[in-house]
Amino acid sequence: MDQFLQQLVNGISLGSIYALIALGYTMVYGIIKLINFAHGDIYMIGAYIGFAVTTYAKLGFVPALIISMVLCAILGIIIEKVAYKPLRNSSRIAVLITAIGMSLLLEYIMMFFVGAGVRSFPKVLSDSLFYISNITIKMQQIYIVITTVVLMVILQFIVNKTKIGKAMRAVSTDKDAAQLMGIKVDNTISFTFAIGSALAGAAGVLVGIYYNSIDPLMGMMPGLKAFVAAVFGGIGNIPGAMIGGLVIGLLETFVSGYGNSMYRDAAVFAFLIIILIIKPSGLLGKNTKEKV
Amino acid sequence: MLEIKNLNVYYGVIHALKNVSLTVNKGEIVTLIGANGAGKTTTLRTLSGLNKATSGEIILEGKSIVNLSASNRVEIGISQVPEGRRIFPQMSVLENLELGAFLRKDKSEIKKDIEHMYELFPILGKRKKQMAGTLSGGEQQMLAMARALMSKPNLLLLDEPSMGLAPLLVREIFDIIKNINMTGTTILLVEQNAKMALSIAHRAYVLETGKIAMSGTGEELAKSDEIQKSYLGGN
Ligand SMILES: Nc1ncnc2c1ncn2[C@@H]1O[C@H](COP(=O)(O)OP(=O)(O)OP(=O)(O)O)[C@@H](O)[C@H]1O
Ligand SMILES: [Mg+2]
Repeated sequence: MDQFLQQLVNGISLGSIYALIALGYTMVYGIIKLINFAHGDIYMIGAYIGFAVTTYAKLGFVPALIISMVLCAILGIIIEKVAYKPLRNSSRIAVLITAIGMSLLLEYIMMFFVGAGVRSFPKVLSDSLFYISNITIKMQQIYIVITTVVLMVILQFIVNKTKIGKAMRAVSTDKDAAQLMGIKVDNTISFTFAIGSALAGAAGVLVGIYYNSIDPLMGMMPGLKAFVAAVFGGIGNIPGAMIGGLVIGLLETFVSGYGNSMYRDAAVFAFLIIILIIKPSGLLGKNTKEKV
Repeated sequence: MLEIKNLNVYYGVIHALKNVSLTVNKGEIVTLIGANGAGKTTTLRTLSGLNKATSGEIILEGKSIVNLSASNRVEIGISQVPEGRRIFPQMSVLENLELGAFLRKDKSEIKKDIEHMYELFPILGKRKKQMAGTLSGGEQQMLAMARALMSKPNLLLLDEPSMGLAPLLVREIFDIIKNINMTGTTILLVEQNAKMALSIAHRAYVLETGKIAMSGTGEELAKSDEIQKSYLGGN
């Protein structure tokens, strides 16, 4: 029982991070039907920005989080404008290949500038532990979960209650109809990239602090897993990505905890295959029916 | 108020509109009728800025608008009820109406106009919290019209508002269109239901494979032999 609860705690904190990354995948997919393979690398750059801000500027956790989110948002907008927007009317495969190219470009640009080595974050959050019976909870895990919950509440508010959020949902469902409302599609797409990238940037900082090691290729595996989370939740669906992230995080920690940690990545991808066979539209994915 | 001159629109190699010219005067209902694939939807989409014209002019209130974005065209008073309604199915009726007022800033006026829409279309008032996708076809058509009116257009473009509706409902929709027109909105109405359209239109144009084939007052066209044969099912 204790071990179960321990894995649950670890799984929720890992899952929160996957959920933050998965949100960006799902929002971008929702609006331009693109699997943005460079998304995991934005998360990586977010981690480096957090590293620079805490190490060189000696700022604390909250400023690092905010600066990383803002810079990643700008990076996301630039990537969309430079790489994807010119291909708005091209085939999806062309855009997908561009996204993979963009991913590699970001990885190796970073490698050029910061080297391939692993770096570690200074201690910006308390690493104290506390115990509830035999379960160990790290203070950092609490920060991760709180940060994630706060960001998700803000995101839900933006998407459901604000004008730009309504515009995002409108453009996601029907670009032409959205334009007939006077919505500027290009601006809305930029905004979506900004939000998704900011969340990835936040995840990067959290991971940097939690695992205390970052490197230019760190975005690949979490990126793929967050993508699985987004597919599991129903790609394009925001609450689905949140749930998907948690489920993947839990799956991974339980496989490592009860089975063998060598199998945890395999388990996630086996899970993807199972979803694609059983319910390709995902947990909350809709098979939209339209009345004629 | 609206003047289209020698408009040409292509989809790749398909020449969908060939030198189309037409005029809509202030306060009129003008209808554009024609068979499937004639180019009616293309005309409205080009007016709203969703399709690009290869050549030709679109003049609204004396100003050329061909280079304006779709969003700017809504801003200067063009609104469209698109073919197939295109309401946002996963949003509530209320949210759909709010989106119709997307470019407006006058919050209290928007509220009043939403109430006004509930008077004009009582069924929408009863369904305001309901997801638009769960409305019946007729209700969706009313929502699409109300949503288009929320931008306070000077010129309303309607693309086959009677499509797929029962005859009784078609009559209701046409009555509403007449009312909207009487309160000062100029209307360009695209229809397959030529009989109904001609009965309420001041003037009409017939589009055949991308070209204007005929034009005249609603009455004139309704009486013409050719129209009788091709569009009204008479002999
Ligand atoms: N997206 C598109 N790509 C290629 N061709 C198109 C496209 N949209 C329309 N067309 C072609 O342009 C022509 C005009 O189509 P349009 O939709 O304007 O006709 P319509 O008069 O509205 O017909 P309907 O009464 O069936 O709605 C048709 O030949 C059609 O096949
Ligand atoms: Mg049409």
